[in-house]
Amino acid sequence: MKTSRAVAIAERRVGQPGERYYAGRARAVMERSFIAFRSSTWLIILSGFLEPVMYLFSFGYGVGKFIGDIDPGTGTMISYAAFIAPGLLATSAMNGAIYDSTWNVFFKMNESRLYHGMLATSLGPMDVALGEIGWALLRGFIYATGFTIVVAPLGLIPSWWGVLAIPSAVLIAFGFASLGMAVTSYFKSYQQMGFINIALLPIFLFSGSFYPLTVFPGWMQGVIKVFPLWHAIELIRGLTLGVVNAGMLTHVAYFLVMIICGLFFTTRRLNALFMR
Amino acid sequence: MSENLIEVRGLTKKYGDFVAVNGIDFHVQKSESFGFLGPNGAGKSTTMRIIAATSQRTSGEVSVLGKDPEIQGPQIRAHLGVVPQQDNLDAQLTVSENLYIYGRYFGLPSKFIKSKINDLLEFAQLEEKRDVKVEALSGGMKRRLTIARSLVSEPDILILDEPTTGLDPQARHILWDRLFRLKEDGITLLITTHYMDEAEQLCDRLMVMDKGSIMAEGSPAALIKKYSTKEVLEVRFGSDRNAEMAPAMQQLCERIEVLPDRILLYSDDAEAVLESIVAGGNHPNTSLVRRSSLEDVFLRLTGRSLIE
Ligand SMILES: Nc1ncnc2c1ncn2[C@@H]1O[C@H](COP(=O)(O)OP(=O)(O)OP(=O)(O)O)[C@@H](O)[C@H]1O
Ligand SMILES: [Mg+2]
Repeated sequence: MKTSRAVAIAERRVGQPGERYYAGRARAVMERSFIAFRSSTWLIILSGFLEPVMYLFSFGYGVGKFIGDIDPGTGTMISYAAFIAPGLLATSAMNGAIYDSTWNVFFKMNESRLYHGMLATSLGPMDVALGEIGWALLRGFIYATGFTIVVAPLGLIPSWWGVLAIPSAVLIAFGFASLGMAVTSYFKSYQQMGFINIALLPIFLFSGSFYPLTVFPGWMQGVIKVFPLWHAIELIRGLTLGVVNAGMLTHVAYFLVMIICGLFFTTRRLNALFMR
Repeated sequence: MSENLIEVRGLTKKYGDFVAVNGIDFHVQKSESFGFLGPNGAGKSTTMRIIAATSQRTSGEVSVLGKDPEIQGPQIRAHLGVVPQQDNLDAQLTVSENLYIYGRYFGLPSKFIKSKINDLLEFAQLEEKRDVKVEALSGGMKRRLTIARSLVSEPDILILDEPTTGLDPQARHILWDRLFRLKEDGITLLITTHYMDEAEQLCDRLMVMDKGSIMAEGSPAALIKKYSTKEVLEVRFGSDRNAEMAPAMQQLCERIEVLPDRILLYSDDAEAVLESIVAGGNHPNTSLVRRSSLEDVFLRLTGRSLIE
């Protein structure tokens, strides 16, 4: 039998670990999102980006006027805007990643047979998971980059360590996209999906974007430190303010674990749902 | 020596406690065109999905091109073109984008795919709809696009689950013609259908399934020979009298089937049977002598009629 191109491509992965789940082609899934995106409306994308920017101007410069310069615990006084900018940067990465990995994925899983189609080809469930997460991540990355471009000229990123804020935002977006898709893949109804929105607001407000955690009693600080956005903000704030220490690697580790768990459960769930 | 492309032994599929496929055995050879017949819920689609490596079996052995679909799913799927019973086109994309991205899922280079799109559009007779969103297509057009899409990766095995459902007669005949040509090119076809004429036209060998089991297997001609007589006499006495006449009819031939609207009498000489009915003083409202078809085999094996 003459070997077709498609077969030759698939055969390259023979014997590789996870060949049953992963064909090494998450790119194709991302390309699909890109093609679909070209014809969608830019306004929605823009609104997601503008949200944290508006928070920055309203709180950073509005509320900031009342507060004046503050000491974030480093001994150096900085403007309030510079204090909240990293928090909003982390939030941008989170928001961008969450948009595409939750509601959009929910629609694809439940209202369309898109994943059935993908999984009838030589793609595996992990290609689909990684491709969708990768696309969601990209949006988080774009938001975070956009936000940085807005705030850097304003002097809100005082340290050169701040350059690392962008790769960190990618890590953070990756984590949130993985978690978002994993959680979404287990949800069956719009009501359940509503919980995501309900949960996001307190996470955004209490994770230390606008004031240090020390204002809360100890037990509450402990609870907040479990949530990913706090780790994201600590990581990015450390970088933009140039207060870097080895302890920050725990935040990196936190997101790595989140990525791996999210990918694992998403793949497993896709396999259970669409290959049963 | 002929090559078994697909080998299935003791295949069982359960959904919870429900047994959808119950320990079936069969094989398909290279370049063969193999058909699945059976009433709704027989387990045809389930069996096809397991072969297509998109569903996991409960037990039994399955080998497709010497590979196990549970372990080497992506590699097996690279050989397949699949037309599922339920369309799964990408509603957010246009017709040509659907063809393009499907090829990309197989890892094919953009240029290679683009060079094929015109042919595939022509195949689907959708040249004019090239840049139309899929959601704006009619049901039959979607079906044609799904079939064209299954060819983008140049598959060795085509798995078609009720491919012509929703197609108009012209499109059906065009598709049959295309499938014939693909078969001549050495492509192996697996087809599910509820149309007996389609099964007779397209399939070298058929498998009749019911309630998850195989009822019979063989070429269309062999099945007719084994499960039916040469000829059939159809008589109608009016729907209230059919059942009443049945015992008398039973005497006259090998076997009868009483349907709500008519009685089928199976005999190698149907004309003679009709004569003896009339000689007995019974006059059916209408009568028809015809050759046995797969329809009759199906009716006998599953107790269900298709033309209703
Ligand atoms: N995902 C599923 N979950 C639970 N039961 C299922 C599932 N898929 C199929 N079944 C059941 O398995 C049985 C066989 O279904 P299948 O789709 O294979 O039938 P079929 O022969 O293709 O019928 P049809 O001619 O209607 O397409 C049916 O009773 C169906 O209800
Ligand atoms: Mg079916």
